[in-house]
Amino acid sequence: MQKIRNFCVIAHIDHGKSTLSDRLLEYTNTISKREMQDQALDNMDLERERGITIKSHAIQLSYQRPSDGETYTFNLIDTPGHVDFSYEVSRSIAACEGALLLVDATQGIQAQTISNLYLALDQGLEIIPVVNKIDMPNAMVEEVSDQIVELIGCAPEDIIPASGKTGAGVQDILEAIVERIPPPTGEPEEPLQALIFDSIFNSYRGVIAYFRIMNGTLCKGDKVRFVNTGKEYEADEIGILRMDMVPQQELSAGNVGYIITGIKTSREIKVGDTITHVDRPCEESIQGFEDVKPMVYAGIFPIDNDEYEDLRDSLEKLQLNDAALVFEPETSVALGFGFRCGFLGMLHLEIVQERLSREFDMEVITTVPNVSYFAYTKRGEKLTIHTPSDMPEPTVLDYIEEPYIRAQMITKPDFIGPIITLCLEKRGVLINQLYLTSTRVELTFELPLAEIVFDFYDRLKSISRGYASFDYTPIDYRRSDLVKLDILLNGEAVDALSALVHRSKAEAFGRKICKKLKELLPRQQYKIAIQASIGAKVIARETISALRKDVTAKCYGGDITRKRKLLEKQKKGKKKMRQIGKVQVPQKAFLQVLKLD
Amino acid sequence: MPDQSLYIHVPFCKRACHYCDFHFSTVQKHKKEVLEAMLLELDLRKGELPDRNLCSIYFGGGTPSLLSISELNVFFDHIARYFNWGRKTEITLEANPDDLSEAYLKSLLKETPINRLSIGVQSFAEEDLRYMGRIHTAREAEEVLFKAQDLGFEKLSIDLIFGGPTTSDEIWAANLEKAASLQVQHLSCYALTVEERTALGYRVRKDLSPQPSESRAARQFEYLMAFAERQDYEPYEISNFARKGHRAIHNSLYWQGAPYLGIGPSAHSFDGHRRRRWNVANNGLYLKCLTTGQPPWEEECLTSEQRYNELVLTRLRTLEGLSAKAIQDLGENYLQHFLRQAKSLQAEKLLEEEKGWYRLSRAGRLLADFVARELFWV
Repeated sequence: MQKIRNFCVIAHIDHGKSTLSDRLLEYTNTISKREMQDQALDNMDLERERGITIKSHAIQLSYQRPSDGETYTFNLIDTPGHVDFSYEVSRSIAACEGALLLVDATQGIQAQTISNLYLALDQGLEIIPVVNKIDMPNAMVEEVSDQIVELIGCAPEDIIPASGKTGAGVQDILEAIVERIPPPTGEPEEPLQALIFDSIFNSYRGVIAYFRIMNGTLCKGDKVRFVNTGKEYEADEIGILRMDMVPQQELSAGNVGYIITGIKTSREIKVGDTITHVDRPCEESIQGFEDVKPMVYAGIFPIDNDEYEDLRDSLEKLQLNDAALVFEPETSVALGFGFRCGFLGMLHLEIVQERLSREFDMEVITTVPNVSYFAYTKRGEKLTIHTPSDMPEPTVLDYIEEPYIRAQMITKPDFIGPIITLCLEKRGVLINQLYLTSTRVELTFELPLAEIVFDFYDRLKSISRGYASFDYTPIDYRRSDLVKLDILLNGEAVDALSALVHRSKAEAFGRKICKKLKELLPRQQYKIAIQASIGAKVIARETISALRKDVTAKCYGGDITRKRKLLEKQKKGKKKMRQIGKVQVPQKAFLQVLKLD
Repeated sequence: MPDQSLYIHVPFCKRACHYCDFHFSTVQKHKKEVLEAMLLELDLRKGELPDRNLCSIYFGGGTPSLLSISELNVFFDHIARYFNWGRKTEITLEANPDDLSEAYLKSLLKETPINRLSIGVQSFAEEDLRYMGRIHTAREAEEVLFKAQDLGFEKLSIDLIFGGPTTSDEIWAANLEKAASLQVQHLSCYALTVEERTALGYRVRKDLSPQPSESRAARQFEYLMAFAERQDYEPYEISNFARKGHRAIHNSLYWQGAPYLGIGPSAHSFDGHRRRRWNVANNGLYLKCLTTGQPPWEEECLTSEQRYNELVLTRLRTLEGLSAKAIQDLGENYLQHFLRQAKSLQAEKLLEEEKGWYRLSRAGRLLADFVARELFWV
């Protein structure tokens, strides 16, 4: 156990975590240069394309110290780098004794890095600060080093300058991991206590859970219990994670490995859960387990109602390796049968939508996302509302509470003004403004989650020209004056377009939506009235005039083919639309309608 | 006589009209070679028509009136090797007013079998003609019509274009009145369409010309239908109007699914069943194909769904409409599909049914493409 080092890498998106990880694999001969594919740890296509790590991964490296020839076992636990996945990050951190704090020398510390760093410090991790990308011409090594010193109070010489690209500093990092990160503690003889920090789904082997053993020893064939779910399984296979899975007979305290138990759906495995033995259980589970709760909800509907069952199948399969995705059947008057799905955040929603399309060839309609609310009725009931159409009638409703978050943004002083304006517009309250250094300010706001769900992040990036990073944590539910805004097409309310908005913003919002819909809906042979209303009161209206003529003039010289093909193509396009009453609504309209620049 | 026709595409024009995207070249350097290649194509493809007798021969373009009398007669001599025509055969020449001199008209009548002219008048208003980039003047057009009738052309058709930004409602009404007063028995009336690959398309894209107004085109089309009714022009096809006995045989055959052989660059052919062919729309490539023994065409073999779609598309454009029987001949499933789809169109009064025949209503004619799409099988 003295020769084991468990660590993770804390970094902001694009700060070079994947490249540096690849370097570590290469320097320890875990992977040969020839096998090296950029971002070896990101093995979902989508991850590689987007350059982000969606799911965390783990890998074991063997490091032979040049000084004394001793071999050390490193377990590198990769963590996701996006706000939507902060709980997963916290569990990865809990499985480690140390962390590399990786900061881009050209960009400095970002909000995401800080919040993950705090998570790591809370867990008592040893931090090895690394300034990355020192080879870049615009690297500000000293300035960034100063930021790090101020932030974690380390000595300037503790900071390792490095470059994932050239390999500079990689050797120093490997040495620092051995010297500075403490070996794991824990008793191999104690009752088994292993922390699940991630799971993946393999279509042949079922769900594979990754764990870190805190105490005890796990052997192949042992009967195990997952403490929080209460389920019991047999350890069909256990092993360590090299580039591939390597089966082992036993693993003991301090080590990191995987377990296969024949579990078929990832819902049965909860990140943060504790594995113990059935016949000699540990006294308590590992601290910090949470049932991950979706933050954002949206309806997902098949374009064609006949594909409802296919969509259910696809979502179930997605859920096999995306435990954070939840869904339940939903019926919309406008869209028919579909599912109300819960996501960790907007990125998660987009990923799910994209995976449905790529992996299952399912084209879906996604409705306007919303958060979940508490509605209190006059009779004193408390209802959880995931969709605006479930909101009780005004006569019954007493008041509504909406979720609030605490948002941390780090930016340059130049952008404080516009960011504060944006946050105030989003009903935010400034809690704190802190100069981290003379050129970096941390702003803390409390904001309704609903306000950041849609375009907040994009707008933040654009007003700060990319120089603002953002992170959030949910804090509580607060009473708000929200109203349900309905959208009517030719007098018929389209439930899938309803939204809950703050009363003060309802009218502007309604006007924008109507205008946007006017752009998005194709003209039809009827006049289309688009209205926004609160209850019976219409607050905005647009009209799309009727298409009066839809006939090709000529069809000369016997060229029937071209005309037929054109009409067939148009008809195919129309099949991608949903008919609401008599109005054809394109698939994309349901989500695009809220992209109100 | 079996219903079949021959189409000859003459791919040359003196100059390009701003709106036209039919195939033509304003370079006439290779005219001789291209015409010879067309004769060769006829030699190769004569067998594609099932019978020797032709109901219609049609010289379209381009500008067929660019051909001299002798050039035309070379074609007729050649056609006569393989096909017969009689007094009842409709033999049409598309012509630009400025080509139709008195001498040319006389020779056409006396020395060629041509018995029908389709004249590209487009408008009797100067502002329209200038906007469209036509060569002739309004006055010329009028004089040509007088002359042709005087000399004895009984079958005359003119093209008129409506809906353009220069065509006010008054101009449109005057154009139609003029046609009627000149005793033109057949009218082909088209809404100005902005085609992408034309000078007009470019100008509209660059905002140099206004996008034609849809409501104006709709209004003028409605006016046209009322005018036709008043003046006894039968709207026998969406864009074609004829006094009794003056329907164009050639056009009608297209809508009825009869076989036709198209000779020349960009010409289309149909075997009357499933096979459609279209020649390459490029004079140089066409020449190269024929001189090197390559077929100048591409072809497709229609699936049953495509045949159904074509049936819907073509027949619904006609006054007689589409019979349930014709659909049933393609398969019961098509009829069931059609009947299902037709229901709401009938309820919306776009489609009418009488004794198993389905027709577009007057409102439906304005939305013929919409109706066809609704009925299509995709």
